Amino acid sequence: MTCTDFLAQLTDYFDGTVDPKLLADVQAHICECHHCEVVLDTTRQTIAIYREHEIYEFPTDLRERLHAAIMKKCTASRS
Amino acid sequence: MPAIQSPVTEEIHPDVALVERAKKGDTAAFEQLVRQYERQIFRVAQHITQNREDAEDIAQDAFLKAYEKLDQFQGNSKFSTWLVRIAVNESLMRLRKRKTSKTVSMDQDVQTEDGSIPRDFAEWRPNPEQLYGQSELGDILRKTIQGLPPGFRTVFTLRDVENLSTEETAEALGLSVPAVKSRLLRARLQLRERLSRYFKQKNGGAKP
Repeated sequence: MTCTDFLAQLTDYFDGTVDPKLLADVQAHICECHHCEVVLDTTRQTIAIYREHEIYEFPTDLRERLHAAIMKKCTASRS
Repeated sequence: MPAIQSPVTEEIHPDVALVERAKKGDTAAFEQLVRQYERQIFRVAQHITQNREDAEDIAQDAFLKAYEKLDQFQGNSKFSTWLVRIAVNESLMRLRKRKTSKTVSMDQDVQTEDGSIPRDFAEWRPNPEQLYGQSELGDILRKTIQGLPPGFRTVFTLRDVENLSTEETAEALGLSVPAVKSRLLRARLQLRERLSRYFKQKNGGAKP
């Protein structure tokens, strides 16, 4: 398996949906190729860091203002 | 002897009952749906537009549109996916209206392979949380995702930030599953490459 072949399987590898026939090749490539091992690890960290960090705040005052504005618009559209 | 059929246990999402009540004019039921999803819708809009005021307007317009079109919601998809789709369309429309924006559609900039081929193979050590404080890390993450073309940013936001499945992301964006997978791979690799500038193991120890 080449590095390009490995990258093509990366999304499925994260999802656990790699074709069983290819899985052993993918795993062997990770053991053999340090570059792809790093790409795998740092891509995994990229996903995790965005998933774990709320990068935009949603403070209570904003939430209350937004909620009130949404409900005002919706109830106005009914009448 | 007749075959024994196992009972079909199809779980009904609690939103279904709320949507049905809301369709009959129950405002409290709709308000419950707003409460459940306002944060997510605001976050999706802010990720796509990168602008807080726009995100506030979009969240209001998306819920209003959902409220007015509730009868069109057939229940073939989750209510939340349907709502996200409305918010994504409103967000992309807002980007198109922005005179300063060069990047306006889901398709723009996605043909290029630029930035999607890994070039940086340094490990991230120590890990980003050890290297940066919360506020500094937040700045880096915001700045980095801002640099992605909207088509990639949107797919990454729905799939990886909001944790929608690939199928739900495809449905919310009106894309095929292979198109979502391909954009997601390139979005993740571009973000990884850009973050690597900050997080990679350094010999001198100086931050960029």
